Amino acid sequence: MKAEAIAVSVPADIEAELAAARLPFFKAFGKWVRNQPLGAVSAVGVIFMILVAVLAPLIAPHDPVEAHYEAMAAAPSIEYWLGTDQFGRDLLSRVIWGARTALFIGFTSAILGATIGLVLGVTSAYFGGWFDLLFQRVMDVFLAFPLIIMALAVVAIFGTGPENVIIAITIPFVPRCARVVRSNALAIREIPYIDAARALGYGHLRIILRHMAPNCMAPYLIMLTTFLGQAILLEASLSYLGLGVQEPVAAWGLMLQGGAEEYAESAPWIAIFPGLAITLAVFAFNLFGDSVRDTLDPKLRAR
Amino acid sequence: MYGYILKRLLLVVPTLFGAALLVFTLLRLIPGDICELRMAGTGGYFDEDAIQTCREEMGTNQPMLGQFLSFIWGLMRFDFGISMWTGQPIVSEIALRFELSLQVAIMATIVAILVAVPLGTISAVKQNTWIDYVVRCISIAGIAMPSFWLGILIILGLLVTTQHLFGTPWMPPIAYKPIWEDPVHNLSMLIWPAVATGYRYSAVATRMTRSALLEVLREDYVRTARAKGLWENVIIWRHALKNAMLPVITVIGIEFAFLIGGLVVTEQVFNLNGLGKLFVESVVNNDYTMTQALVMLVVMVFILVNFLVDICYAWLDPRIRYS
Repeated sequence: MKAEAIAVSVPADIEAELAAARLPFFKAFGKWVRNQPLGAVSAVGVIFMILVAVLAPLIAPHDPVEAHYEAMAAAPSIEYWLGTDQFGRDLLSRVIWGARTALFIGFTSAILGATIGLVLGVTSAYFGGWFDLLFQRVMDVFLAFPLIIMALAVVAIFGTGPENVIIAITIPFVPRCARVVRSNALAIREIPYIDAARALGYGHLRIILRHMAPNCMAPYLIMLTTFLGQAILLEASLSYLGLGVQEPVAAWGLMLQGGAEEYAESAPWIAIFPGLAITLAVFAFNLFGDSVRDTLDPKLRAR
Repeated sequence: MYGYILKRLLLVVPTLFGAALLVFTLLRLIPGDICELRMAGTGGYFDEDAIQTCREEMGTNQPMLGQFLSFIWGLMRFDFGISMWTGQPIVSEIALRFELSLQVAIMATIVAILVAVPLGTISAVKQNTWIDYVVRCISIAGIAMPSFWLGILIILGLLVTTQHLFGTPWMPPIAYKPIWEDPVHNLSMLIWPAVATGYRYSAVATRMTRSALLEVLREDYVRTARAKGLWENVIIWRHALKNAMLPVITVIGIEFAFLIGGLVVTEQVFNLNGLGKLFVESVVNNDYTMTQALVMLVVMVFILVNFLVDICYAWLDPRIRYS
């Protein structure tokens, strides 16, 4: 109990000092926008996509799965802004609902993958020794599987559908994050406050989760934002191959499957708009990730 | 150098073994018995005898360790067993399609290098001009654009332009012919998937060429070369680029994963009967033995390529060997 009181009071002091030195939020934000104009633009794009995904039922002009038989493969018009697909489903509504699918799967698997990787990476660095060595070899094995190959193998085992797609995308992310976090955590382990925490008699779990993991936030966030774009692309690829989200759910990759090529000449809009949505989404998330990386880790800037 | 190769080789062997173990375990993680699953496909009718025969064929009635050892032994002899879908030996199924995928892979790599090196160089030399921004946008777009969409757009573009030029739409040929039999037919069929895959593959290499060259151009020896009045072209192409190529070669090797991923989807778009399509079909058809063999094959090639890249790099840059 006493140990608890000491541990809380010390950071509280530092916290107060830091708060005094800290810029007001909007000033700090303004500085970030000036330093990272591309980052700010991409952040707007990301927020816009999140809004579209969340508000999909409100802003989609039509039901995404409803077939309009009077307007099959119809060109863009006032009624159907982006046209309709070969079943007469409104493309704009499907693109909007597709954002929901893409962002849901993207965020879930990126957060899951990065978080599991964070905990594993910190644990490996904390214990060190033979555990660390063995862990690294295991990560090496996982890293020998290219992203999409691992995802396809997982789908082969668990089957298709949103939950399995999330598992399939999460698993290859874990070793990629664990590796980066581990190298960061190795340095943190040597800082005396970890010894202090150990001397106070804290358990391994508490030191790993409360003391080391929060200090690995920079690599964690960098990996997380990098994963977002990759996850969206991977989900689209799996769905395109027919191994991801299944019909009639609106998903960008799925919209490019089947009809898109067949109708490429007579109804090119079926092929163009979903692909454009994927590209713009991944583009925005990648740019955002780049600027997060530049902000959190200036050393990496040159790359 | 030999010491370094040996050291790296010692790392490759356990990784390969671990990968084999992982692939083997993954197949056993499938809920239920693969034989029952295959039989279930015929309408839920279970014939005990048929399941027993199937288990004997697959060897799943043997102890786990024995199964694993025979799997490893098979890998060493390139004997992957029999496809559960076609009943043919997996090796002959793979051999049928290997040539096509290898050709697309090589062409895509050539496309990637042909795009990346000149673009990256121009971008670095004209740093912070509009050319630089355009090139950087092209390369960022390459990472964002899914290669299957690029493939669809290429088909669409071909259809529209040929319609305008000749009045009838032209499509790349569908039947595969080896390049030594009919080079025109072969190339007109495979250049498009190679471009679709290679563009994405080139994006990372372009960025790497740019940043590596920017770093090299600030070196003292480049300043010396300028001071003695060498032509700028000679400085860039002969002196700077040579040294900037090291990280680019590594990136081309490491991003080999992009190439494999690209092949899996572009073969689907262009309806090419290659390894990527075989892979997707095997997953769709629940052909577990085929999936297992293909995953293992890809991982083996991937580990081997990374190993070769490391060796190449150490050979080109002696400093690596001693660190």
